[in-house]
Amino acid sequence: MLEAARRWKSVWRRNAWVWRKGARTALLGGFVEPLFNLLILGFGLGSYVGRVAGLPYLDFLAGGILATSAMNAATFEGLYLAYTRMAVLKTWDGMLAAPLSLADVVMGEVLWMGTKSLIAAGLILTVLAGFGLASGWAALAVLPLAFLAGVCFGSMALVVTSFARSYDFFVYYITLGITPMVLLSGVFFPSDALPPAVRVGSECLPLFHVVALIRPLLAGGLDLALLGHVAVLLAFAVSMILLAIWRLECRLTQ
Amino acid sequence: MNSPRPPVVVARQLTKYFGEKRVVDGLCFDIRQGEFVGILGPNGAGKTTTLRMLVGNTPPGSGELSVLGYAIPVEGRTMRARIGVVPQQDNLDIDFTVVENLRIYGGYFGLAERALKVRIPWLLELAALTDKAHARIGQLSGGMKRRLSIARALINEPELLVLDEPTTGLDPQVRHNIWNMLRQLQNEGLTIILTTHYMEEAERLCGRIILMDRGRILADSSPQVLIRDHIEPHVLEVHGANAENWRRSLVRLEGQRCERVGESIFHYGDDLETLVRSLDSWEGVHYVYRRANLEDVFLKLTGRDLHDA
Ligand SMILES: Nc1ncnc2c1ncn2[C@@H]1O[C@H](COP(=O)(O)OP(=O)(O)OP(=O)(O)O)[C@@H](O)[C@H]1O
Ligand SMILES: [Mg+2]
Repeated sequence: MLEAARRWKSVWRRNAWVWRKGARTALLGGFVEPLFNLLILGFGLGSYVGRVAGLPYLDFLAGGILATSAMNAATFEGLYLAYTRMAVLKTWDGMLAAPLSLADVVMGEVLWMGTKSLIAAGLILTVLAGFGLASGWAALAVLPLAFLAGVCFGSMALVVTSFARSYDFFVYYITLGITPMVLLSGVFFPSDALPPAVRVGSECLPLFHVVALIRPLLAGGLDLALLGHVAVLLAFAVSMILLAIWRLECRLTQ
Repeated sequence: MNSPRPPVVVARQLTKYFGEKRVVDGLCFDIRQGEFVGILGPNGAGKTTTLRMLVGNTPPGSGELSVLGYAIPVEGRTMRARIGVVPQQDNLDIDFTVVENLRIYGGYFGLAERALKVRIPWLLELAALTDKAHARIGQLSGGMKRRLSIARALINEPELLVLDEPTTGLDPQVRHNIWNMLRQLQNEGLTIILTTHYMEEAERLCGRIILMDRGRILADSSPQVLIRDHIEPHVLEVHGANAENWRRSLVRLEGQRCERVGESIFHYGDDLETLVRSLDSWEGVHYVYRRANLEDVFLKLTGRDLHDA
């Protein structure tokens, strides 16, 4: 197990190193957009809506935006950047010529995607704390959850990437998968507002559980009931990782 | 005739299908420590596929394969810690400098930074890249990239080096450069397997040639033996506007073989002096009279049509 972790880390380290080289731009892009969304929607919409689900709208929205940013960071990495490494630069071929298996490469990649989400969440959390939107130590629990969310969405993105023949393919996933998911997962409004049938469906979406975890934690409430959502995410992550390994093995080692 | 050297690669009835198509078809061969083996064959012969199976990157459809005593593909990952691989298409990490590439790659092998500090300068020296140590990959010429790919494959002090067309697309000088590098490595005891489309390269470097076509082995021996066993000793190669007219003017000669490849006419035989003299009276023909070489064997054994087209 230690030996395996060492191999995953070597893949992780490569990506982390590339990221560090361009970190300044990456950091800027990473939190400017979510911050815009938060402030414009939060103050703009918030002035009409007032309180939602017992929270001022800005507070309500903060959790949703943070969850979405964590998802986006890993999704972007798992689609565009992973595809580049796999199909354009053939970075993975180089790794597979070394004593790494495809499972090692996928694990290293997925852990890196978790890290990207962690970084994105960390940045936003800092800003939220500055605005007084994250209070109490419980908010720090958001960070490991963002990592877990990154693993979920990163591995799901890798499954999509395993089918891709060009970058264009990702537009389908984003418009048909990611965008509706954001709208249905309680990011902008509580999912109680959805018709009951849709609501049940929305509870199957991973982002729903991420939002359901992050929002109360930002407000400072640690609750054992939240563990149910963690369990769902863990199960989702494990199945997506296995699926990604299997799919990429079909594609790359035939 | 048992060689005392242990086998590095043992392949038995190695076969691979892509869909219905049998791309590698029942290969049997042993490669022993210290050998320098060239795998030759037309485009699509199955060379790359064979190498990919060998390094454990794609499972054989059937047959047995072991490399350095490891069963492949089951123990492929462990085995790869002890070999070096240079791919047909460079996959250097363009986000990094030359040294960073080597450090990252060493990381995949689990090599300690301390060991790399010693190893990397030595590799840079070998690849004549010492003054490019901190250059980005984009600033390197094709030849430098290729040499770096080879250096990278040596990061783990491998016992076997596998190269897929290491000199394709490089200018003659760079090719000589790489040949020197490989020869030096062989002298240090490394076992080397390469594929190439350059017959001269194979003839110069390889102690043994495995000639493949359509997934099968057509011949397997040293270049000298191949030439001796498969082809007449002399070749007359004729081309030019009038070449065809010249050929038609010939009376049928005994003990000779005549073939056409594209616009050239090849005559093979023990002694072709008379034929050469017959060319003196012709304008508009160019010819070369020479000893038979590996290319002649290649053309003869693989057939002359372009069957990958
Ligand atoms: N992933 C694949 N899927 C389907 N067919 C493939 C695949 N890889 C190779 N082939 C086919 O298998 C055959 C052998 O290919 P291979 O790349 O091994 O040939 P090669 O001898 O290396 O040729 P070249 O000299 O052009 O590099 C070719 O007909 C090729 O089209
Ligand atoms: Mg090839």
